[in-house]
Amino acid sequence: MTTDTTTPSAPTGATPGETILDARGVTMRFGGLTAVRGVDLTVNSGEIVGLIGPNGAGKTTFFNCLTGLYTPTEGEVRYKDKVLPPKSFKVTAAGVARTFQNIRLFGNMTVLENVLVGRHTRTKEGLWSALLRGPGFHRAEAASRERAMELLEFVGLADKADHLARNLPYGEQRRLEIARALASEPGLLLLDEPTAGMNPQETRDTEELVFAIRDKGIAVLVIEHDMRFIFNLCDRVAVLVQGQKLVEGDAATVQADERVIAAYIGEPIANDPGAEEAAEVEAAEAAAEATTDAAPGKENDR
Amino acid sequence: MTTQTTTAQTPGSPTAEPNKGLIGIPEHIGRALATAGGALTVISTFLAWTWTSAFPGDLTYYGYPGGLQVLVLIGGALTTLFGLASYGTKGLRWLTPAGADSAIKLAAIGTFATVWYTIIAISATLGGLVHLEPGGWIAAIATLTALLGALALPFERPEPDPHDPDDSKWEKLRHETRHTFAVLRASIATGRTRPARELPAYGEILIIVGALTTGLIVFTYGIGTSYDELFVGFLITAGFGFAAIAKAGLLDRVSAITARHRNVTLIGAFVAAAAFPFTQSDDQYATIGVYILIFATVALGLNIVVGLAGLLDLGYVAFLGVGAYTAAMVSGSPSSPFDIQLPFWASALLGAAVAMVFGVLIGAPTLRLRGDYLAIVTLGFGEIFRLAVLNTDGTSGPDITNGSNGISSIPNINILGFDFGQEHTIAGFTIARFANYFLLMLLITLVVVVVFRRSSDSRIGRAWVAIREDETAARAMGINGFRVKLIAFALGATLAGLAGTVQAHVTYTVTPEQYMFAHVVPPNSAFLLAAVVLGGMGTISGPLVGAALLYLIPAKLQFLGDYQLIAFGLALVLLMRFRPEGLIPNRRRQLEFHAEAEAPTVLSKSGA
Repeated sequence: MTTDTTTPSAPTGATPGETILDARGVTMRFGGLTAVRGVDLTVNSGEIVGLIGPNGAGKTTFFNCLTGLYTPTEGEVRYKDKVLPPKSFKVTAAGVARTFQNIRLFGNMTVLENVLVGRHTRTKEGLWSALLRGPGFHRAEAASRERAMELLEFVGLADKADHLARNLPYGEQRRLEIARALASEPGLLLLDEPTAGMNPQETRDTEELVFAIRDKGIAVLVIEHDMRFIFNLCDRVAVLVQGQKLVEGDAATVQADERVIAAYIGEPIANDPGAEEAAEVEAAEAAAEATTDAAPGKENDR
Repeated sequence: MTTQTTTAQTPGSPTAEPNKGLIGIPEHIGRALATAGGALTVISTFLAWTWTSAFPGDLTYYGYPGGLQVLVLIGGALTTLFGLASYGTKGLRWLTPAGADSAIKLAAIGTFATVWYTIIAISATLGGLVHLEPGGWIAAIATLTALLGALALPFERPEPDPHDPDDSKWEKLRHETRHTFAVLRASIATGRTRPARELPAYGEILIIVGALTTGLIVFTYGIGTSYDELFVGFLITAGFGFAAIAKAGLLDRVSAITARHRNVTLIGAFVAAAAFPFTQSDDQYATIGVYILIFATVALGLNIVVGLAGLLDLGYVAFLGVGAYTAAMVSGSPSSPFDIQLPFWASALLGAAVAMVFGVLIGAPTLRLRGDYLAIVTLGFGEIFRLAVLNTDGTSGPDITNGSNGISSIPNINILGFDFGQEHTIAGFTIARFANYFLLMLLITLVVVVVFRRSSDSRIGRAWVAIREDETAARAMGINGFRVKLIAFALGATLAGLAGTVQAHVTYTVTPEQYMFAHVVPPNSAFLLAAVVLGGMGTISGPLVGAALLYLIPAKLQFLGDYQLIAFGLALVLLMRFRPEGLIPNRRRQLEFHAEAEAPTVLSKSGA
């Protein structure tokens, strides 16, 4: 594993257990629709926190509120006791980096260039220095390249530095996105479904990668549908259902909670209001079966 | 063609003869015909093609090719050389590192087209085939032979896609047409370029010099074509010749070498361009040269905005106007409201600075928009500039720009006693007014090229490309999108303003009509954008080539007249259909548009 030598603003300084991300009463409304309602969430340094919930629960919306893509209608998000500005590039500069649910790499740039773009906030060379090409420019470029190669090494893509990002296989694109996010030297990394569409082997690799990131002193907040992945990985898991936080706790607590199970697979409703309809459908099906029997061969025409 | 009604039949018939040519002549005969036809074509150019000098170019001499015959000579020679190389002739193998067959085909097609165009033009101009001398007939037959022979060369045919038996007639027709196109495309497909033998550095530099000299000769010849027929012939020969050389793999070789010696190439290219006025005996073509350079420089500036940062700017010519008007006002012209005359370096800096201010002022409110909305708003601002200039004439507004009369009789530039309006004799060469300006403009072009190269290969350049690729992701990576876009916009404006300061002196007069959105004379916003798109977005040489073509074609083809804009539009549509990445594609773009093609996965330094 590479050592962070070139990170003066390295987040490793935070003492373990200290709260770095503190979201209080985050509410997001789109017109009449409330996508996220009063969600509180904290992430401590050196911690991996999971965020789960059924489809449409508002997980990604909540992520977007954290990263400045949306401005929360109510509530505030603090990072290291400072309120995060409502602009995504300022959030990244403050030290919160993210990946996207549907991979958003710069497809026509090389793998290395993608990571270099991630270095943007941690370098300062402007247009003048690019035009004049003083020694400072060359030094900064070389340092950025070196750091980017370290990160590619870290995620295991160093030998593909010159490939176009769009030509990478799916799993490697996910890794590249993580490397690109790490290039901004975050104190907190937000991963939006990092294993979506991966095979079990790739999922295990990602798990290793996330642990390695945590070992670098970076806290991780991860959205995921893969329960085994999330319960293996996370110190704490929060469950979001219909925009509200249902329960939060360690893996065992969450797994045992009946409300969580109900939210995912539904629960029987009192008085069984659907029973009548169900009976009707059954009867109709039986009737249909009878007619099909009477006219065999009809089925093939469909 | 067999009717393929079911998918089951498909693999059967076409694979029976996997590799054959487009026409059914055996390969060895075809190759011999192509090579011999090329050689005969070369010989025929030394014969007389017509009996009278009434046809321009005087094709009546024996033993001395003239006018269009020179072009045919080059085409025939190319065909012959590629033909001989395909036999594995010693000493010619280097000509075809990527296989000779496609190159032979293209060279033969080009020569055929030039000769038959000439024959038809002679018959049409003079009224009948009787005006042809035997030489003309020989040339026609020789090129036809070469063409037939070349078309008989084998190539790998693509498998036809199986097609749906339920298709209607129309769909079937489309399906078959698509297959025919695929076959035609495959017939000129090229192999992978063989890796080159290691050459010493001086050898590679000699090759660069040779390539640049060839480029200068071709360009000078194109500018110097004195009549329509010759220019059409030049376009045909140059187009097909260039394609043939590219298919032969020579272009790959040369670009690999130039990528290794980028600075040598850059310096060499500018020495070659600077040599242009010295090849001219009078100022006639230097005039065209300087206008092309102004156009090309502004197009290159626009390429930063459009090609790198992906901001569609339809009012870019306004910044050229800002620079030109600023320079004109401080030039000491009698119709300028300010009675001051700054030295050129000061007015150039002032013009660039004022254009930058305008760039920031216009960019700040508009760059919050994306995509089409930005295009519409910049289009509006371009027109606002023109109308504002038109109306600040003292009657409908304050008297600043002298309205539609513009600022006239702008004096010539005088740098340290070197008067750009006078003829100067340098080392035996006479350098007249436009040639002086050509050399000055070349310096400005050099500045723009260096700015483009350096800014694109840096933190800010990567941020521009990232913004173009995916603005949301770029912002999430910590890029201040607005700020970065504003820098691109202002930088583009500054460079256009800089070019404008020279333009004002070259044209003597600046009027609002020079800075319209669309107009028959470049530069205007529409033509600038067309030059960038036609040449290739995001490259340096692309807009330069695009601008040269877009300036030369209307200037040379007088017979197009009123149909010029229609022809221009048609050409753009066709180009966008068949080569959306432009004539000189950026490697990134090429991969973007032809994802299915055997895309090399590695993006080398040369492409960026």
